[in-house]
Amino acid sequence: MRYSVWQLVKQGLRGHTGWPRMWRDPQPKSSYDVVIVGGGGHGLATAYYLAREHGIRNVAVLEKGWIGGGNVGRNTTIIRSNYLLGANLHFYEYAMKLWEGLERELNFNTMVSQRGVLNLFHSDAQRDAYARRGNAMRLAGVDAELLDVDGVRALVPMLDLDNARFPVLGGLLQPRGGTVRHDAVAWGYARAADALGVDIIQNCEVTGIRRDQGRVTGVDTTRGFMATPRVAAAVAGHTSRVADMAGLRLPVESHVLQAFVTEGVKPLLDTVMTFGAGHFYVSQSDKGGLVFGGDLDGYNSYAQRGNLPAMEDVMAGGMAVLPVMGRLRVLRQWGGVVDMTMDGSPIITCTDVPGFYLNGGWCYGGFKATPASGWCFAHTIARDEPHPLSAAFTIDRFHEGRLLDEKGVGPNPWIQ
Amino acid sequence: MHRIDCPWCGLRDEAEFQYQGDASVAPPPLEGDIDEAMAAVYLRENPRGWHQEWWHHVAGCRQYVRVLRHTGSHEVAATGWPDSRLEPPA
Repeated sequence: MRYSVWQLVKQGLRGHTGWPRMWRDPQPKSSYDVVIVGGGGHGLATAYYLAREHGIRNVAVLEKGWIGGGNVGRNTTIIRSNYLLGANLHFYEYAMKLWEGLERELNFNTMVSQRGVLNLFHSDAQRDAYARRGNAMRLAGVDAELLDVDGVRALVPMLDLDNARFPVLGGLLQPRGGTVRHDAVAWGYARAADALGVDIIQNCEVTGIRRDQGRVTGVDTTRGFMATPRVAAAVAGHTSRVADMAGLRLPVESHVLQAFVTEGVKPLLDTVMTFGAGHFYVSQSDKGGLVFGGDLDGYNSYAQRGNLPAMEDVMAGGMAVLPVMGRLRVLRQWGGVVDMTMDGSPIITCTDVPGFYLNGGWCYGGFKATPASGWCFAHTIARDEPHPLSAAFTIDRFHEGRLLDEKGVGPNPWIQ
Repeated sequence: MHRIDCPWCGLRDEAEFQYQGDASVAPPPLEGDIDEAMAAVYLRENPRGWHQEWWHHVAGCRQYVRVLRHTGSHEVAATGWPDSRLEPPA
């Protein structure tokens, strides 16, 4: 069924009893052309673009839980392309362009809201660094504006601009950045991929990857064996575990990252804002809650929950810049497991195992990349070579010494 | 919330420590090839289970503590000196 205003009226008059389910619940087939492990945003986008752009429709997406239950439902929904390094800039800007057309493409309301992303700076040196990044963005055709303190005040009036330790001197704004309803991204891609013939199989955990003379021949799952010449993993958070089934060791550590939502309040903040003197970022959801987060907990973890020291750090950062937060109650807090790579940049790659492809290592920032990640990963799987936009994200960069270290922190994932 | 039994200071709160990564990684041999160096600097086992780790007691005695911790349950099974052998519980 194609969604439209007409359809909404028609279904409304029937008491909303006529909506069909959004995707099928198929029994697994005995073989597929491509098996995608992981039914999150990236896996579903990959399946959609495999079918849509490359005509490969005999595809299964295997999800051990349910669609939307992993990191695609645990992030803070921010999209942006305000990077410094060329490879990152062009890739994330391509994602931004796909976001801008996504609702029409998928015929699904993903609530793309380009409310702007504002990075505050608090010192002359930081202003210079942000100006440099803004210039790099503009050279790459990305929108960027350097605001002075009056510009920041006009945009976010309730900030504490005169904090004694970290006075706000201005900010770097990307007006086209913003937020997207993350669950709707998963559902929209799932529905669109299903309509093109992709089998979305939930409650199906991959337990092994079979190989014959090195080449992938299929996957063992909790719902039986499926033969396939190509297995593509999009399981960020657990990439090391799935890669281990194919005999690979990766430059990845799994860490836990927390996020928080307060009770709903009237409109307070109509942009995404990041604090420059600590790690804290915040936006206000359409329901009115402040959605915010900050640092990793900082130790290897597969537990989808965090600890108090990281919470205290995040709250302290928030109180330093947005003291009005102190009057709100935190309603919910949760943790997601993220792949932290050794240079802070993602991995989209063919591997040394023929027929095994990897998409992972998204660190803090996988959600904003979702459409471009699926686009490039589908190309990588279909053509058995990297897409030009993700050529810098292949795994051999660690061996060749061409790291993509946006923040310059080196191989210490816990401080990235 | 982790509590870590520092061999020098006793049972202390996680907030006094700075995590310093996988303690099972050995420095690469000086005469080794690039693959060994690459593996030591970048590749990690990243297990879901018992994990040997370095925790720097940065707000305490400033010593490096070897910790055996579970990455799923966050349980700390044992701590020791840097050269201690810590065995996972049976």
